[in-house]
Amino acid sequence: MLAILDYKAGNQTSVRRALDHLGIENQITSDPDLLASADGIIFPGVGAAGQAMDELSSGGLDEVLKSLIWQEKPLLGICVGCQILLDYCEENDTRTLAVIPGECRLFNPAWTEEDGTPIRVPHMGWNRVTLKKDCALFNDISPAAEFYFVHSYHPAPRPEFIIGETMYGENFCSVHGRTGLWAVQFHPEKSGAPGLKLLQNFHAYCLEAKNAQ
Amino acid sequence: MLSKRIIPCLDVRNGKLTKGVKFQGNVDIGDPVETARMYYEQGADEIVFYDITASSEGRGIFLDVVERVASQIFIPFSVGGGINSVSDMRAVLVAGAEKVSVNSGAVKNPDIISEGAAAFGSQCVVLGMDVKRVEKSAQIPSGFEVVIHGGRKYTGMDAIEWAKTGEALGAGEICLNSIDADGTKDGYDLELTRKVTKSVRIPVIASGGAGNPQHMADAFTQGKASAALIASIVHYGEYTIRQLKEHIAGQGVPMRTIW
Repeated sequence: MLAILDYKAGNQTSVRRALDHLGIENQITSDPDLLASADGIIFPGVGAAGQAMDELSSGGLDEVLKSLIWQEKPLLGICVGCQILLDYCEENDTRTLAVIPGECRLFNPAWTEEDGTPIRVPHMGWNRVTLKKDCALFNDISPAAEFYFVHSYHPAPRPEFIIGETMYGENFCSVHGRTGLWAVQFHPEKSGAPGLKLLQNFHAYCLEAKNAQ
Repeated sequence: MLSKRIIPCLDVRNGKLTKGVKFQGNVDIGDPVETARMYYEQGADEIVFYDITASSEGRGIFLDVVERVASQIFIPFSVGGGINSVSDMRAVLVAGAEKVSVNSGAVKNPDIISEGAAAFGSQCVVLGMDVKRVEKSAQIPSGFEVVIHGGRKYTGMDAIEWAKTGEALGAGEICLNSIDADGTKDGYDLELTRKVTKSVRIPVIASGGAGNPQHMADAFTQGKASAALIASIVHYGEYTIRQLKEHIAGQGVPMRTIW
């Protein structure tokens, strides 16, 4: 079973619908015991980082999440859930979970597209991910596949945690983390077949990790 | 590089897909859920649903359509029509839409944009604008006026100013519909599109007038639109979305071509 972390700043139902479609058992929950018994956790998020952190910490979920991450519970952060795994986010000047070193920055308005026009913010729409290292999430996904993004801030982790990059004016980090603790800036639950495949890959990893124990 | 988006627009009346010309003479042309799934499989980048139902009973049917769509298609979709309050917005977002489009509701009460952005994030709030060409005047210096009620009521607002206001209030995107071009299949109003894309930094969806893939390519290259809304050119089977994309990508416009 995959747990979808329930807090007010999430897009839990979109993730649930995608997992239901894939036939992956799942539960939307904020119960620490259920989170601990799940094969893996999906940490969704939309909206602003500040509000998301407030919601997490007011219920003590920030500490629950951190402790499960230290116990190597597989976790996939999505969008704002990807950003707040870092130390700090410029949005609302927010101290975040600090499980991956780095910060999250506003897109630089001086960046320009190939034709010289300034980039539009939010970065909204479909874009590719270029992998900088192997990542099990992307097994059997074409390098030409595109994913759906919608965000105004982008992750900037310490370089050794960068897994994938995306070009928008300049390259920014769109996938970061380490094996079993992954964060994607795009929305796999809204990225058609490649996104569904990525969720399936995450589930497959969770089952392997469980069986290896 | 960010791909330009192709967005089929589905007008829904009493739970049925319908298509009108200049907001007159609507005919039912199919089931919106089935049609949405077909476009998803054909490579649509996003889908827009526009509820043109007037009754509250029809509204319930529409929300049911939204829920069924959300469980079958895994790309973003937005919903517009009859959104007049934050609770209207919440209802369609809870039903599974990613974004909600406000149009005449925002003209009457611009605060709905900032309230929606605060409650759900700017990325959720699309400002839909219906625009008509008028004589340039002190009040309408651009010669493009915002209209409501399907173009029957003039608002006295300049379209360029309204786009900037919408951006400042927190809209994450603008869907810019030319009432003059809508239904003509003569191409998008490129002058209007370029004027608005030059005036704001949020993405702009060109709408109204698409008759062939070249019109769409022009909206991207000349109008600098981030996305193009289409309706009849795909609803009647004239083109598939793949055919449109292949033509447009052939001109060097970034398109998502595998899915």
